Amino acid sequence: MEITMFDIQTQLFEGRDIRFGPIDHEKDPQIESKWTHDSDFMRLYDIEPARPMSPAMVKKKYEKLEKEIEESKNMFYFAIRAREDDRLLGKAIISRIEWSNGNGWIELGIGAADDRRKGYGAQALQLLLRFAFAELNLYRVTARVQEYNEAAIALLKKFGFTEEVRRRQALDRDGRRWDLLVFGLLKDEWANQAQA
Amino acid sequence: MNDIYKGNLVRLSAMNAEEAGKAFARWHRDSEFRRLIDSGVLPLPSAKFAQTWLEKELEEASVNQHWFSIRKLDDDQLLGDIDLYVYNWSARDAFVGLGIGEREFWGKGYGTDVMRVILRYAFIEVNLHRVTLTVFEYNPRAIRSYEKAGFRHEGRMRGALNKEGRRWDILVMGILREEWMEQNGYKTAN
Amino acid sequence: MRDLFRGELVRLTAEDPEIRAKTEVHWQRDSEYRRFLDTEPAMVVSEKWLKDWFEKRGEEGFSPNRYVFSIRTLAEDKLIGFFSLWVDLVHSEAWVGIGIGEREFWGKGCGTDAMRLCLRYAFTELNVHRVSLGLMDYNPRALRSYEKAGFRLEGRTRGDVQRAGKRHDSLWMGILREEWLAMQPR
Repeated sequence: MEITMFDIQTQLFEGRDIRFGPIDHEKDPQIESKWTHDSDFMRLYDIEPARPMSPAMVKKKYEKLEKEIEESKNMFYFAIRAREDDRLLGKAIISRIEWSNGNGWIELGIGAADDRRKGYGAQALQLLLRFAFAELNLYRVTARVQEYNEAAIALLKKFGFTEEVRRRQALDRDGRRWDLLVFGLLKDEWANQAQA
Repeated sequence: MNDIYKGNLVRLSAMNAEEAGKAFARWHRDSEFRRLIDSGVLPLPSAKFAQTWLEKELEEASVNQHWFSIRKLDDDQLLGDIDLYVYNWSARDAFVGLGIGEREFWGKGYGTDVMRVILRYAFIEVNLHRVTLTVFEYNPRAIRSYEKAGFRHEGRMRGALNKEGRRWDILVMGILREEWMEQNGYKTAN
Repeated sequence: MRDLFRGELVRLTAEDPEIRAKTEVHWQRDSEYRRFLDTEPAMVVSEKWLKDWFEKRGEEGFSPNRYVFSIRTLAEDKLIGFFSLWVDLVHSEAWVGIGIGEREFWGKGCGTDAMRLCLRYAFTELNVHRVSLGLMDYNPRALRSYEKAGFRLEGRTRGDVQRAGKRHDSLWMGILREEWLAMQPR
Protein backbone atom coordinates (compact mmCIF):
# COMPACT_ATOMS: atom_id res chain seq x y z
CA MET A 1 0.00 0.00 0.00
CA GLU A 2 1.64 3.20 -1.10
CA ILE A 3 1.65 6.14 1.21
CA THR A 4 0.30 9.18 -0.51
CA MET A 5 0.99 12.18 1.60
CA PHE A 6 -0.90 14.93 -0.06
CA ASP A 7 -4.20 13.23 -0.78
CA ILE A 8 -6.96 15.05 1.02
CA GLN A 9 -9.59 12.45 0.20
CA THR A 10 -7.84 9.50 1.85
CA GLN A 11 -9.31 9.01 5.27
CA LEU A 12 -6.96 9.82 8.15
CA PHE A 13 -8.88 7.66 10.57
CA GLU A 14 -9.70 4.53 8.60
CA GLY A 15 -7.44 1.47 8.37
CA ARG A 16 -8.16 -1.92 6.88
CA ASP A 17 -9.41 -3.68 10.03
CA ILE A 18 -9.16 -0.85 12.50
CA ARG A 19 -10.17 2.78 12.77
CA PHE A 20 -9.16 5.67 14.97
CA GLY A 21 -12.00 7.00 17.09
CA PRO A 22 -12.77 9.04 20.20
CA ILE A 23 -13.01 7.71 23.74
CA ASP A 24 -16.37 6.18 24.65
CA HIS A 25 -16.75 7.16 28.31
CA GLU A 26 -19.53 4.61 28.85
CA LYS A 27 -18.15 1.48 27.18
CA ASP A 28 -14.36 1.87 27.17
CA PRO A 29 -13.55 2.01 30.92
CA GLN A 30 -14.68 -1.58 31.42
CA ILE A 31 -12.43 -2.79 28.61
CA GLU A 32 -9.39 -0.75 29.51
CA SER A 33 -9.77 -1.83 33.13
CA LYS A 34 -9.31 -5.42 31.96
CA TRP A 35 -6.11 -4.53 30.12
CA THR A 36 -4.65 -2.99 33.25
CA HIS A 37 -5.18 -6.27 35.08
CA ASP A 38 -2.93 -7.99 32.54
CA SER A 39 0.51 -7.31 33.91
CA ASP A 40 2.14 -8.50 30.67
CA PHE A 41 0.39 -5.74 28.76
CA MET A 42 1.22 -3.17 31.41
CA ARG A 43 4.88 -4.09 31.42
CA LEU A 44 5.07 -3.91 27.64
CA TYR A 45 3.19 -0.67 27.36
CA ASP A 46 4.81 1.43 30.07
CA ILE A 47 7.70 1.72 32.51
CA GLU A 48 5.73 2.78 35.61
CA PRO A 49 4.91 -0.01 38.06
CA ALA A 50 2.03 -2.04 36.63
CA ARG A 51 -1.12 -1.03 38.43
CA PRO A 52 -4.59 -2.42 37.85
CA MET A 53 -7.37 0.15 37.53
CA SER A 54 -11.06 -0.23 38.18
CA PRO A 55 -13.49 1.06 35.51
CA ALA A 56 -14.18 4.07 37.73
CA MET A 57 -10.47 4.86 37.89
CA VAL A 58 -10.19 4.54 34.11
CA LYS A 59 -13.15 6.87 33.63
CA LYS A 60 -11.49 9.47 35.86
CA LYS A 61 -8.28 9.06 33.92
CA TYR A 62 -10.09 9.71 30.64
CA GLU A 63 -11.60 12.88 32.09
CA LYS A 64 -8.24 14.14 33.24
CA LEU A 65 -6.77 13.22 29.89
CA GLU A 66 -9.30 15.18 27.85
CA LYS A 67 -8.82 18.17 30.10
CA GLU A 68 -5.06 17.98 29.69
CA ILE A 69 -5.38 17.64 25.92
CA GLU A 70 -7.52 20.74 25.79
CA GLU A 71 -5.25 22.80 28.03
CA SER A 72 -1.84 21.76 26.79
CA LYS A 73 -2.66 21.66 23.10
CA ASN A 74 0.30 19.38 22.52
CA MET A 75 -1.29 15.94 22.58
CA PHE A 76 -3.55 13.81 20.40
CA TYR A 77 -5.24 10.70 21.70
CA PHE A 78 -6.90 8.07 19.50
CA ALA A 79 -8.86 5.04 20.60
CA ILE A 80 -8.10 2.18 18.22
CA ARG A 81 -11.41 0.57 17.38
CA ALA A 82 -12.35 -2.52 15.37
CA ARG A 83 -13.76 -1.72 11.99
CA GLU A 84 -16.62 -4.15 12.14
CA ASP A 85 -18.18 -3.33 15.52
CA ASP A 86 -16.23 -0.33 16.84
CA ARG A 87 -15.07 -2.20 19.92
CA LEU A 88 -12.01 -0.85 21.69
CA LEU A 89 -8.76 -2.57 20.71
CA GLY A 90 -6.10 -0.20 21.93
CA LYS A 91 -4.78 3.33 21.93
CA ALA A 92 -2.51 5.48 19.78
CA ILE A 93 -1.08 8.71 21.11
CA ILE A 94 1.13 11.57 19.99
CA SER A 95 2.22 13.69 22.91
CA ARG A 96 4.76 16.20 24.17
CA ILE A 97 4.55 17.93 20.81
CA GLU A 98 6.93 20.86 20.49
CA TRP A 99 5.35 22.91 17.74
CA SER A 100 8.32 25.21 17.22
CA ASN A 101 10.60 22.23 16.65
CA GLY A 102 8.10 20.01 14.88
CA ASN A 103 8.63 16.96 17.05
CA GLY A 104 6.47 14.65 19.12
CA TRP A 105 6.50 11.34 21.00
CA ILE A 106 4.34 8.41 19.92
CA GLU A 107 2.88 5.56 21.94
CA LEU A 108 0.79 2.67 20.82
CA GLY A 109 -0.74 -0.34 22.54
CA ILE A 110 -3.15 -3.15 21.65
CA GLY A 111 -4.72 -4.07 24.96
CA ALA A 112 -5.99 -7.65 24.83
CA ALA A 113 -3.51 -10.49 24.24
CA ASP A 114 -5.99 -12.09 21.79
CA ASP A 115 -5.99 -8.96 19.66
CA ARG A 116 -2.23 -8.89 19.25
CA ARG A 117 -0.29 -10.57 16.46
CA LYS A 118 -3.10 -9.69 14.05
CA GLY A 119 -1.47 -6.74 12.36
CA TYR A 120 -3.58 -4.16 14.18
CA GLY A 121 -0.49 -2.52 15.65
CA ALA A 122 1.05 -2.03 12.21
CA GLN A 123 -2.20 -0.60 10.84
CA ALA A 124 -2.49 1.75 13.77
CA LEU A 125 1.11 2.90 13.47
CA GLN A 126 0.53 3.55 9.79
CA LEU A 127 -2.42 5.83 10.59
CA LEU A 128 -0.58 7.51 13.45
CA LEU A 129 2.45 8.33 11.35
CA ARG A 130 0.33 9.67 8.54
CA PHE A 131 -1.45 11.88 11.05
CA ALA A 132 1.85 13.08 12.50
CA PHE A 133 3.50 13.89 9.17
CA ALA A 134 0.65 14.76 6.85
CA GLU A 135 -1.70 16.48 9.28
CA LEU A 136 0.42 17.84 12.12
CA ASN A 137 3.33 18.46 9.75
CA LEU A 138 5.88 17.28 12.25
CA TYR A 139 9.51 16.98 11.21
CA ARG A 140 10.18 13.89 13.32
CA VAL A 141 8.54 11.49 15.72
CA THR A 142 10.20 9.75 18.64
CA ALA A 143 9.34 6.54 20.48
CA ARG A 144 10.70 5.01 23.66
CA VAL A 145 10.92 1.22 23.98
CA GLN A 146 12.11 -1.16 26.66
CA GLU A 147 14.96 -3.37 25.49
CA TYR A 148 12.87 -6.50 26.25
CA ASN A 149 9.97 -5.42 24.03
CA GLU A 150 10.94 -7.31 20.89
CA ALA A 151 7.59 -6.93 19.15
CA ALA A 152 7.65 -3.16 19.45
CA ILE A 153 11.26 -2.92 18.32
CA ALA A 154 10.48 -5.07 15.27
CA LEU A 155 7.45 -2.94 14.42
CA LEU A 156 9.38 0.32 14.67
CA LYS A 157 12.21 -1.00 12.54
CA LYS A 158 9.71 -2.22 9.95
CA PHE A 159 8.46 1.35 9.64
CA GLY A 160 11.95 2.71 9.16
CA PHE A 161 12.69 3.99 12.67
CA THR A 162 16.35 4.27 13.68
CA GLU A 163 17.61 3.38 17.14
CA GLU A 164 19.15 6.67 18.25
CA VAL A 165 19.77 6.50 21.99
CA ARG A 166 20.51 3.69 24.40
CA ARG A 167 19.79 4.80 27.94
CA ARG A 168 21.81 2.20 29.76
CA GLN A 169 20.26 0.41 32.75
CA ALA A 170 17.54 3.03 32.97
CA LEU A 171 14.83 0.51 33.76
CA ASP A 172 14.69 -1.67 36.85
CA ARG A 173 12.20 -4.47 36.44
CA ASP A 174 11.80 -8.12 37.26
CA GLY A 175 14.86 -8.08 39.45
CA ARG A 176 17.33 -6.76 36.87
CA ARG A 177 18.29 -3.69 34.91
CA TRP A 178 17.35 -3.08 31.28
CA ASP A 179 18.22 -0.41 28.75
CA LEU A 180 15.62 2.00 27.45
CA LEU A 181 15.88 2.69 23.74
CA VAL A 182 14.88 5.84 21.90
CA PHE A 183 13.89 5.48 18.24
CA GLY A 184 13.32 8.27 15.73
CA LEU A 185 11.77 8.67 12.29
CA LEU A 186 12.10 11.77 10.12
CA LYS A 187 9.39 13.00 7.79
CA ASP A 188 11.53 12.48 4.67
CA GLU A 189 12.37 8.94 5.73
CA TRP A 190 8.68 8.20 6.15
CA ALA A 191 7.67 9.82 2.90
CA ASN A 192 10.29 7.96 0.89
CA GLN A 193 9.36 4.48 1.93
CA ALA A 194 6.56 2.42 0.47
CA GLN A 195 4.95 0.18 3.01
CA ALA A 196 6.12 -3.44 2.86
CA MET B 1 8.03 -12.09 32.57
CA ASN B 2 5.57 -13.70 34.94
CA ASP B 3 2.15 -12.31 35.75
CA ILE B 4 2.95 -10.15 38.71
CA TYR B 5 -0.60 -9.77 39.90
CA LYS B 6 -1.24 -13.51 40.28
CA GLY B 7 -0.52 -15.93 43.08
CA ASN B 8 -1.63 -19.53 43.42
CA LEU B 9 -4.91 -18.82 45.18
CA VAL B 10 -5.49 -15.10 44.75
CA ARG B 11 -4.78 -12.18 42.48
CA LEU B 12 -4.30 -8.46 43.03
CA SER B 13 -6.94 -6.30 41.43
CA ALA B 14 -7.93 -2.66 41.38
CA MET B 15 -10.15 -1.39 44.12
CA ASN B 16 -13.71 -0.62 43.22
CA ALA B 17 -14.68 1.96 45.83
CA GLU B 18 -18.38 1.08 45.91
CA GLU B 19 -17.85 -2.67 46.19
CA ALA B 20 -14.98 -2.35 48.65
CA GLY B 21 -16.89 0.19 50.74
CA LYS B 22 -19.77 -2.25 51.19
CA ALA B 23 -17.37 -5.06 52.03
CA PHE B 24 -15.43 -2.94 54.56
CA ALA B 25 -18.60 -1.98 56.34
CA ARG B 26 -19.59 -5.63 56.59
CA TRP B 27 -16.14 -6.90 57.66
CA HIS B 28 -15.84 -4.25 60.36
CA ARG B 29 -18.87 -5.66 62.14
CA ASP B 30 -16.66 -8.62 63.06
CA SER B 31 -14.84 -7.35 66.13
CA GLU B 32 -12.25 -10.11 65.99
CA PHE B 33 -11.28 -8.91 62.51
CA ARG B 34 -11.03 -5.32 63.73
CA ARG B 35 -8.90 -6.25 66.70
CA LEU B 36 -6.49 -8.19 64.49
CA ILE B 37 -5.81 -5.31 62.12
CA ASP B 38 -6.37 -2.04 64.00
CA SER B 39 -4.31 -1.02 67.00
CA GLY B 40 -6.70 1.83 67.79
CA VAL B 41 -10.47 1.84 67.97
CA LEU B 42 -12.53 3.36 65.18
CA PRO B 43 -16.31 3.85 64.83
CA LEU B 44 -18.24 1.32 62.77
CA PRO B 45 -18.31 2.72 59.23
CA SER B 46 -21.38 2.71 57.05
CA ALA B 47 -21.00 1.42 53.48
CA LYS B 48 -21.51 4.96 52.25
CA PHE B 49 -18.90 6.43 54.57
CA ALA B 50 -16.42 3.70 53.64
CA GLN B 51 -17.00 4.28 49.94
CA THR B 52 -16.51 8.05 50.20
CA TRP B 53 -13.39 7.58 52.26
CA LEU B 54 -11.99 5.06 49.77
CA GLU B 55 -12.71 7.31 46.81
CA LYS B 56 -10.76 10.10 48.45
CA GLU B 57 -7.84 7.84 49.37
CA LEU B 58 -7.71 6.34 45.89
CA GLU B 59 -7.68 9.79 44.28
CA GLU B 60 -4.44 10.58 45.95
CA ALA B 61 -2.83 7.37 44.72
CA SER B 62 0.76 8.16 43.94
CA VAL B 63 4.01 6.35 43.46
CA ASN B 64 4.10 6.05 47.28
CA GLN B 65 0.97 3.98 47.65
CA HIS B 66 0.05 0.67 46.04
CA TRP B 67 -3.32 -0.52 47.27
CA PHE B 68 -5.08 -3.55 45.86
CA SER B 69 -8.20 -5.58 46.35
CA ILE B 70 -7.58 -9.30 46.85
CA ARG B 71 -9.68 -11.64 44.75
CA LYS B 72 -9.90 -15.41 44.69
CA LEU B 73 -8.49 -16.80 41.44
CA ASP B 74 -11.20 -19.41 40.94
CA ASP B 75 -14.36 -17.32 41.39
CA ASP B 76 -13.13 -13.72 41.74
CA GLN B 77 -14.61 -13.36 45.22
CA LEU B 78 -13.40 -10.27 47.10
CA LEU B 79 -11.49 -11.43 50.20
CA GLY B 80 -9.81 -8.34 51.52
CA ASP B 81 -7.22 -5.72 50.66
CA ILE B 82 -3.48 -5.26 50.79
CA ASP B 83 -1.58 -2.00 50.87
CA LEU B 84 2.08 -1.24 50.17
CA TYR B 85 3.06 2.21 51.39
CA VAL B 86 6.52 3.54 50.57
CA TYR B 87 7.21 5.78 53.53
CA ASN B 88 10.90 6.37 52.82
CA TRP B 89 12.24 6.47 49.26
CA SER B 90 15.74 7.25 50.40
CA ALA B 91 15.92 3.88 52.13
CA ARG B 92 13.44 2.31 49.68
CA ASP B 93 11.40 0.87 52.52
CA ALA B 94 7.65 0.26 52.54
CA PHE B 95 5.06 -0.82 55.07
CA VAL B 96 2.69 -3.56 54.02
CA GLY B 97 -0.75 -3.89 55.55
CA LEU B 98 -2.97 -6.89 54.93
CA GLY B 99 -6.56 -7.53 55.92
CA ILE B 100 -8.60 -10.57 54.93
CA GLY B 101 -12.16 -9.70 55.80
CA GLU B 102 -13.80 -12.97 54.82
CA ARG B 103 -13.47 -15.10 57.92
CA GLU B 104 -13.94 -18.44 56.21
CA PHE B 105 -10.68 -17.88 54.38
CA TRP B 106 -8.54 -17.41 57.49
CA GLY B 107 -5.91 -20.06 58.13
CA LYS B 108 -6.15 -21.55 54.64
CA GLY B 109 -3.02 -20.12 53.04
CA TYR B 110 -4.64 -17.12 51.39
CA GLY B 111 -2.75 -14.62 53.49
CA THR B 112 0.59 -16.25 52.77
CA ASP B 113 -0.22 -16.40 49.07
CA VAL B 114 -1.14 -12.73 48.76
CA MET B 115 1.84 -11.69 50.85
CA ARG B 116 4.11 -13.58 48.44
CA VAL B 117 2.51 -11.75 45.52
CA ILE B 118 2.90 -8.33 47.09
CA LEU B 119 6.53 -9.02 47.98
CA ARG B 120 7.28 -9.94 44.40
CA TYR B 121 5.56 -6.72 43.31
CA ALA B 122 7.49 -4.71 45.88
CA PHE B 123 10.89 -6.09 44.90
CA ILE B 124 10.67 -6.45 41.11
CA GLU B 125 8.15 -3.85 40.05
CA VAL B 126 8.58 -1.03 42.55
CA ASN B 127 12.21 -2.08 43.16
CA LEU B 128 12.26 -1.54 46.91
CA HIS B 129 15.07 -2.52 49.24
CA ARG B 130 12.96 -3.73 52.18
CA VAL B 131 9.39 -4.32 53.27
CA THR B 132 8.28 -3.86 56.86
CA LEU B 133 5.16 -4.88 58.73
CA THR B 134 3.73 -4.80 62.21
CA VAL B 135 1.61 -7.61 63.62
CA PHE B 136 -0.01 -8.08 66.99
CA GLU B 137 1.30 -10.55 69.53
CA TYR B 138 -2.15 -12.11 69.83
CA ASN B 139 -2.31 -12.93 66.11
CA PRO B 140 -0.19 -16.11 65.89
CA ARG B 141 -1.86 -17.21 62.67
CA ALA B 142 -0.65 -14.06 60.86
CA ILE B 143 2.81 -14.25 62.44
CA ARG B 144 3.25 -17.80 61.11
CA SER B 145 1.96 -16.75 57.71
CA TYR B 146 4.43 -13.87 57.45
CA GLU B 147 7.31 -16.10 58.57
CA LYS B 148 6.36 -18.48 55.77
CA ALA B 149 6.38 -15.60 53.31
CA GLY B 150 9.97 -14.79 54.30
CA PHE B 151 9.69 -12.05 56.91
CA ARG B 152 12.11 -12.09 59.82
CA HIS B 153 11.47 -10.89 63.33
CA GLU B 154 13.20 -7.59 63.98
CA GLY B 155 11.79 -6.47 67.31
CA ARG B 156 8.76 -5.71 69.44
CA MET B 157 7.09 -2.55 70.62
CA ARG B 158 6.40 -3.62 74.16
CA GLY B 159 2.96 -3.04 75.62
CA ALA B 160 1.89 -1.00 72.62
CA LEU B 161 -1.62 -2.50 72.61
CA ASN B 162 -4.19 -2.18 75.32
CA LYS B 163 -7.08 -4.63 74.93
CA GLU B 164 -9.21 -6.73 77.24
CA GLY B 165 -7.66 -5.17 80.31
CA ARG B 166 -4.02 -5.98 79.57
CA ARG B 167 -1.05 -4.89 77.53
CA TRP B 168 0.20 -6.73 74.43
CA ASP B 169 3.26 -6.27 72.19
CA ILE B 170 3.31 -5.21 68.54
CA LEU B 171 5.88 -7.23 66.62
CA VAL B 172 7.96 -5.67 63.87
CA MET B 173 8.99 -7.89 61.00
CA GLY B 174 10.98 -7.16 57.87
CA ILE B 175 12.37 -8.69 54.73
CA LEU B 176 15.28 -7.44 52.62
CA ARG B 177 15.65 -7.43 48.86
CA GLU B 178 18.68 -9.76 48.91
CA GLU B 179 16.86 -12.25 51.11
CA TRP B 180 13.79 -12.26 48.89
CA MET B 181 15.83 -12.45 45.65
CA GLU B 182 17.78 -15.39 46.97
CA GLN B 183 14.69 -17.19 48.24
CA ASN B 184 13.05 -16.72 44.86
CA GLY B 185 15.89 -17.55 42.51
CA TYR B 186 16.85 -14.10 41.27
CA LYS B 187 20.45 -12.99 40.74
CA THR B 188 21.48 -10.39 43.25
CA ALA B 189 24.53 -9.01 41.42
CA ASN B 190 23.56 -5.49 40.38
CA MET C 1 31.87 12.73 55.10
CA ARG C 2 32.41 15.44 52.53
CA ASP C 3 30.60 18.75 52.50
CA LEU C 4 27.81 18.13 50.03
CA PHE C 5 27.15 21.79 49.41
CA ARG C 6 30.63 23.20 48.96
CA GLY C 7 32.89 22.70 45.94
CA GLU C 8 36.13 24.35 44.89
CA LEU C 9 34.65 27.32 43.06
CA VAL C 10 30.99 27.31 44.01
CA ARG C 11 28.59 26.38 46.77
CA LEU C 12 24.96 25.28 46.70
CA THR C 13 22.23 27.28 48.37
CA ALA C 14 18.48 27.64 48.68
CA GLU C 15 17.29 31.13 47.84
CA ASP C 16 14.09 33.03 48.53
CA PRO C 17 11.68 33.49 45.63
CA GLU C 18 12.41 37.23 45.34
CA ILE C 19 16.11 36.62 45.01
CA ARG C 20 15.67 33.88 42.45
CA ALA C 21 13.29 36.07 40.48
CA LYS C 22 15.63 39.04 40.58
CA THR C 23 18.48 37.09 39.02
CA GLU C 24 16.45 34.94 36.62
CA VAL C 25 14.68 37.98 35.16
CA HIS C 26 18.07 39.35 34.23
CA TRP C 27 19.53 36.06 32.93
CA GLN C 28 16.57 35.23 30.68
CA ARG C 29 17.18 38.35 28.61
CA ASP C 30 20.29 36.70 27.28
CA SER C 31 18.67 34.57 24.60
CA GLU C 32 21.77 32.43 24.22
CA TYR C 33 21.35 31.38 27.87
CA ARG C 34 17.71 30.52 27.16
CA ARG C 35 18.48 28.63 24.01
CA PHE C 36 21.12 26.55 25.78
CA LEU C 37 18.77 25.80 28.65
CA ASP C 38 15.95 24.02 26.87
CA THR C 39 14.17 23.46 23.59
CA GLU C 40 11.15 25.66 24.14
CA PRO C 41 10.95 28.96 22.29
CA ALA C 42 13.00 31.53 24.16
CA MET C 43 10.75 34.04 25.84
CA VAL C 44 10.84 36.69 28.52
CA VAL C 45 8.62 36.92 31.56
CA SER C 46 8.24 39.59 34.24
CA GLU C 47 10.03 39.51 37.58
CA LYS C 48 6.61 39.35 39.21
CA TRP C 49 5.64 36.30 37.20
CA LEU C 50 8.92 34.61 38.17
CA LYS C 51 8.49 35.47 41.84
CA ASP C 52 4.95 34.07 41.84
CA TRP C 53 6.17 30.93 40.11
CA PHE C 54 9.05 30.36 42.53
CA GLU C 55 6.69 31.02 45.42
CA LYS C 56 4.19 28.50 44.16
CA ARG C 57 6.92 25.91 43.82
CA GLY C 58 8.10 26.70 47.31
CA GLU C 59 4.61 26.23 48.68
CA GLU C 60 4.52 22.72 47.29
CA GLY C 61 7.10 21.92 49.93
CA PHE C 62 9.70 19.23 49.72
CA SER C 63 9.02 16.25 47.55
CA PRO C 64 11.11 13.11 47.30
CA ASN C 65 11.43 13.48 43.56
CA ARG C 66 12.49 17.08 43.09
CA TYR C 67 15.62 18.89 44.30
CA VAL C 68 16.53 22.40 43.29
CA PHE C 69 19.70 24.26 44.21
CA SER C 70 21.02 27.72 43.50
CA ILE C 71 24.71 28.16 42.74
CA ARG C 72 26.86 30.87 44.30
CA THR C 73 30.55 31.56 43.68
CA LEU C 74 32.77 31.05 46.71
CA ALA C 75 34.94 34.06 45.93
CA GLU C 76 32.26 36.75 45.40
CA ASP C 77 29.23 34.95 46.84
CA LYS C 78 27.52 35.85 43.58
CA LEU C 79 24.41 33.98 42.55
CA ILE C 80 25.29 32.67 39.10
CA GLY C 81 22.90 29.86 38.31
CA PHE C 82 20.93 26.82 39.43
CA PHE C 83 20.46 23.14 38.89
CA SER C 84 17.51 20.87 39.49
CA LEU C 85 17.29 17.12 39.92
CA TRP C 86 14.15 15.24 39.04
CA VAL C 87 14.13 11.69 40.35
CA ASP C 88 12.31 8.67 39.00
CA LEU C 89 12.08 6.88 42.33
CA VAL C 90 11.05 3.47 41.05
CA HIS C 91 13.91 3.15 38.56
CA SER C 92 16.33 5.20 40.64
CA GLU C 93 17.27 7.60 37.88
CA ALA C 94 17.83 11.33 38.26
CA TRP C 95 17.56 13.89 35.47
CA VAL C 96 19.60 17.04 35.90
CA GLY C 97 19.02 20.43 34.37
CA ILE C 98 21.72 23.04 34.97
CA GLY C 99 22.02 26.66 33.94
CA ILE C 100 24.70 29.27 34.56
CA GLY C 101 22.96 32.57 33.97
CA GLU C 102 25.90 34.92 34.53
CA ARG C 103 27.73 34.96 31.20
CA GLU C 104 31.02 36.18 32.67
CA PHE C 105 31.23 32.90 34.56
CA TRP C 106 30.92 30.72 31.47
CA GLY C 107 34.00 28.68 30.61
CA LYS C 108 35.61 29.24 34.03
CA GLY C 109 34.93 25.82 35.52
CA CYS C 110 31.96 26.89 37.66
CA GLY C 111 29.52 24.73 35.74
CA THR C 112 31.79 21.71 35.98
CA ASP C 113 32.29 22.30 39.70
CA ALA C 114 28.54 22.60 40.24
CA MET C 115 27.97 19.43 38.26
CA ARG C 116 30.47 17.59 40.45
CA LEU C 117 28.51 18.63 43.53
CA CYS C 118 25.32 17.64 41.78
CA LEU C 119 26.57 14.14 41.01
CA ARG C 120 27.93 13.66 44.52
CA TYR C 121 24.53 14.63 45.87
CA ALA C 122 22.69 12.36 43.46
CA PHE C 123 24.85 9.30 44.10
CA THR C 124 25.61 9.62 47.80
CA GLU C 125 22.56 11.37 49.16
CA LEU C 126 19.77 10.44 46.79
CA ASN C 127 21.45 7.09 46.14
CA VAL C 128 20.34 6.88 42.54
CA HIS C 129 21.53 4.27 40.09
CA ARG C 130 22.08 6.66 37.17
CA VAL C 131 21.98 10.33 36.28
CA SER C 132 20.85 11.55 32.87
CA LEU C 133 20.77 14.80 31.00
CA GLY C 134 20.09 16.25 27.59
CA LEU C 135 21.71 19.09 25.68
CA MET C 136 21.70 20.54 22.19
CA ASP C 137 24.44 19.86 19.68
CA TYR C 138 25.14 23.59 19.41
CA ASN C 139 26.38 23.66 23.00
CA PRO C 140 29.88 22.13 22.75
CA ARG C 141 31.08 23.84 25.91
CA ALA C 142 28.45 22.01 27.94
CA LEU C 143 29.25 18.72 26.21
CA ARG C 144 32.92 19.05 27.22
CA SER C 145 31.97 19.99 30.77
CA TYR C 146 29.63 17.02 31.16
CA GLU C 147 32.18 14.62 29.68
CA LYS C 148 34.70 15.88 32.22
CA ALA C 149 32.16 15.22 34.96
CA GLY C 150 31.89 11.61 33.77
CA PHE C 151 28.80 11.57 31.58
CA ARG C 152 28.86 9.36 28.50
CA LEU C 153 27.11 10.16 25.24
CA GLU C 154 24.33 7.60 24.78
CA GLY C 155 22.92 8.85 21.50
CA ARG C 156 21.32 11.72 19.66
CA THR C 157 17.76 12.33 18.50
CA ARG C 158 18.23 13.72 15.02
CA GLY C 159 16.81 17.04 13.98
CA ASP C 160 15.00 17.37 17.26
CA VAL C 161 15.34 21.12 17.42
CA GLN C 162 15.03 23.78 14.78
CA ARG C 163 16.66 27.07 15.56
CA ALA C 164 17.98 29.90 13.46
CA GLY C 165 16.72 28.08 10.40
CA LYS C 166 18.84 24.98 11.00
CA ARG C 167 18.08 21.52 12.30
CA HIS C 168 19.95 20.44 15.42
CA ASP C 169 20.22 17.18 17.29
CA SER C 170 19.51 16.68 20.97
CA LEU C 171 22.32 14.83 22.71
CA TRP C 172 21.51 12.32 25.41
CA MET C 173 24.04 11.54 28.15
CA GLY C 174 24.13 9.30 31.18
CA ILE C 175 26.41 8.22 33.98
CA LEU C 176 25.96 5.05 36.02
CA ARG C 177 26.59 4.67 39.68
CA GLU C 178 29.51 2.27 39.25
CA GLU C 179 31.11 4.63 36.72
CA TRP C 180 30.88 7.56 39.12
CA LEU C 181 32.21 5.49 42.03
CA ALA C 182 35.18 4.38 39.95
CA MET C 183 36.03 8.06 39.32
CA GLN C 184 36.25 8.94 43.00
CA PRO C 185 39.65 9.19 44.72
CA ARG C 186 40.28 6.25 47.09
